[in-house]
Parts: sequence; structure tokens; C-alpha cells
Amino acid sequence: MDSVREEGTFRVKSGLAEMLKGGVIMDVVSAEQARVAEGAGAAAVMALERVPADIRAAGGVARMADPTKVEEIQQAVTVPVMAKARIGHYVEAEVLQALEVDYIDESEVLTPADNANHIDKWAFTVPFVCGATNLGEALRRIAEGAAMIRSKGEAGTGNVVEAVTHMRAIGSEIRRLGTLDASELAAAAKDLRAPLEIVRSVASARKLPVVMFSAGGIATPSDAALMMRLGAEGVFVGSGIFKAEDPERTAAAIVEATTHFEDAARIAAASRDLGAPMAGTEIGALEAEGGLLQNRGW
Amino acid sequence: MPLVGVLAIQGDFQAHSQVLRGLGAQVREVRTPDDLHGVDGLVIPGGESTTMTLGIEREGLGEPLRRLVRSGKPTLGTCAGLIMLDRAHLGLLDVACRRNAFGRQVKSFEADLDLPALGGAVRAVFIRAPWVAEHGEEVEVLAEVDGHPVAVRQGNILAVAFHPEASGETTLHEWLLEQASSTNGGQTG
Repeated sequence: MDSVREEGTFRVKSGLAEMLKGGVIMDVVSAEQARVAEGAGAAAVMALERVPADIRAAGGVARMADPTKVEEIQQAVTVPVMAKARIGHYVEAEVLQALEVDYIDESEVLTPADNANHIDKWAFTVPFVCGATNLGEALRRIAEGAAMIRSKGEAGTGNVVEAVTHMRAIGSEIRRLGTLDASELAAAAKDLRAPLEIVRSVASARKLPVVMFSAGGIATPSDAALMMRLGAEGVFVGSGIFKAEDPERTAAAIVEATTHFEDAARIAAASRDLGAPMAGTEIGALEAEGGLLQNRGW
Repeated sequence: MPLVGVLAIQGDFQAHSQVLRGLGAQVREVRTPDDLHGVDGLVIPGGESTTMTLGIEREGLGEPLRRLVRSGKPTLGTCAGLIMLDRAHLGLLDVACRRNAFGRQVKSFEADLDLPALGGAVRAVFIRAPWVAEHGEEVEVLAEVDGHPVAVRQGNILAVAFHPEASGETTLHEWLLEQASSTNGGQTG
């Protein structure tokens, strides 16, 4: 082949997210968990020091995982390995790129490192996924170079209510854009604090220009299918797998329900006798403590 | 126009459906053996090959897929689809693949790839792509990168290591639909 090889183009970055569609990305904290996730059908794994439920319990500053941990997980599986960097911490991101992780999650689950700026993701060859609670936030992340979006829920709670709220918010804002004329779109872009060009493309395509998964609080096969029905193109499951009584079967069941999200009989079959899911937390209790992770990032 | 089944266990099956519909084909997403009934052609998309392998096993799709492809229905596999068709998986294509052969995601790339057998150059997007490490005599190599086959044809099967559907290329899907129309004509005529 004589032609020039172009690495790290936006098509190559967003392309990997296309390949993950219809799949489940699972949080893992060890090589052993990574193998369980892969064996259950995970489309990718997220290498972490601790799952969000434990980050929440431990308190303190949550940072990028130890490189040894990331490498141990990379060596254990052949599916893509993602890892989290703190919001705005571009050196953590450079370290993860040097480790050749397949995707970086600039994540509110870790403690933010910059209160004003997100990472300039265009500067990287490795693609980024970022969280969003609403359309404006999603489009600002895409403008910064994110090649994949995950709607935020409330990580580490096993409670899907926030994921539903944010997925519905994004979906309904996209539908509204589709009804606006050209001058109204300019005003909408201003309200969304997002570039007009991207707003126009969303309005005409009636979807984001990148793949959107759902994350945060998904704990059962039905939760995963609900998010797919609301417009997610795949799901992230964090604490929901390895905080469940039977992680292996829970993982496989969530994978099955994500493929057959429109078939209630299949979701029923997948949901049988899985043992107890993770216990879960009421959002109100966290709000009272001022501890909502979703409010990080802007 | 022919009815094409697109394996929809996991992966970028919607991108394939969109290209096929754009060419006027009817498309059915295939998740269970019943979904294969009456299709004139098959696409196995890109995605995660481990996830897809487990899904094919869970759904009992292995034998029905083999029967369909062996009956002569034209079949297109891209990336993970190439792997699914190889000796170690469905065993329909006489090739052995090396997975993630170019490296991890940071080594993923796009380039113009000459594909003379199908009429010229295509924009090829390689994402954590495999290549063909070994192949039998009946396998025709259509394109190579760094001396490794990345596009092969064997009878009614066309399989590539890249993603024509990711760059809006239609050449390979046009091949599939032409084959499907002529196979159909042969059966009904």
C-alpha cells in the first residue's frame, strides 16, 4: 500500500466507539475481574483502582489508576481497555496514552483537577469519552474533541434514576432542535453554549455526531434495556457487576439484555435467578451530603 | 431488491444497514436463528470479536449461519466479521487471522487502499484491525497492507480487515447486492 496512513483522525477515534455499539463496557479493578467481564461478553473494560461505589465509600481524592494496574488488565484481555483521567488533568491523559489504553474517560467519578477547563482532546491520538447531563454539556465536550459521549447517571449508586433523567434530557433537547429554523438554531446554540456548526448538525441528523452510551447506576438487565430504549447505543456498568452477588451471571445477563433490549421475554429469561443485585443508594441521601458526582464538569 | 441479514449481536451493524438501505436493499437485523429465514445475503459487521463469538454461541447461531453461507448466499464480513468467518470461528473462510494485528487503538488508521478486483481505490478505516496470517489456495487475496492480506474472497464470501461502512464506501456492499440479485435470479428463474 503506497498511500499515507493517517492515525488518530476523528473518524478513527469515533470509529472505535461505533464498534462498541450494542455492547456493555464494564468497570474492573483486577486482571481476574477483567477476565470475568470478557468471558461474560463485555465489549470493553474500564481499568480502575476502585469501582465508583468504593470511591464513594473511601472518600478523599480519587485519581488515575496505577500504571501497573492498567497494564495488568491490558495483558489479561483482548477487548479494548479504557481508563479514567481526572477532568482537566492532561498529564494523567498523556500517561494513559503512553500506556496505549484504547479510550480515555475524562471522568467526574475521579476528583476534578481543573475547575475551569476540560482536557483539549484534539491534542491526543487516543480517543476520549466524556460524560454529560444535558445536550449543551455533550456538545461542549464534542467541541473539545470527545469522540464518544456517555450520559451521566449517578455513579456508584446502583440507582438508575439519574441516568434516566439525563438521557431523557439529552433526547428531548435533540428532538426540540429538530423543530427550530435557522435563526432559532443560532439562539439555541447560544443557550446551549455550544458551537453553532455542531448544533446545526445535531438538528439535521436528529442525533449526536458521535456514539452515545449511558452510564451511572445501571445494576440489572432491565436497567440496561431501559437505557437502550431511551436512546443509548450501549451501556457502561460500573459497580453494578462486581457488587452483585453473582458477578459472572449478572454480567452475562446484562450483555444479553442489551442485545435483546426490545424483547421483554428475553430480558425476563436473562433476569431469572441472578441473586441479589448491588444494594443501591437513594439519591436524596447523597444530595443531603452534597456528594453528587454528576455535578462535576461543566 | 434483495433482503440482506445483518448480524446484530453487537457492533456497528446500523452503519451497514444504513449503507445497504441507501443502495435500495431491504435489511433485517439478525439476533436469533429465526431472523435468518428468507435472507438473500449476509453481513457480519465490525465489533468485538469475543463478544460476537459468545453471542453467536448463546443464540445457537453457529450452525444456521454456516448453512446459510454454505448454501451460496453472498456474505460480507468486515473486521470482526472477517474473524468470525475464519478457521477458528465459523470455519467458512480458509484463513487464519491475527487479531489486533496492527496494535492497540493508537495504531488504528485510515488510508486509501487499492482494490482493483472491485473496481478501484477505497477509503479504508482500520480500527484495532486484524490481518490474514495464513490462507488456503482457494482464497484470493484482493489487497495487502505491509505484505499482509487485508481483503480476501473465497467463492461467495468477501471479507476485509477494514471498515468500508465507516467511511461511506459502497463498493463492497454493491458487490454483495449484485451477487444476491444474481443468486436469487438463478433460484427463482
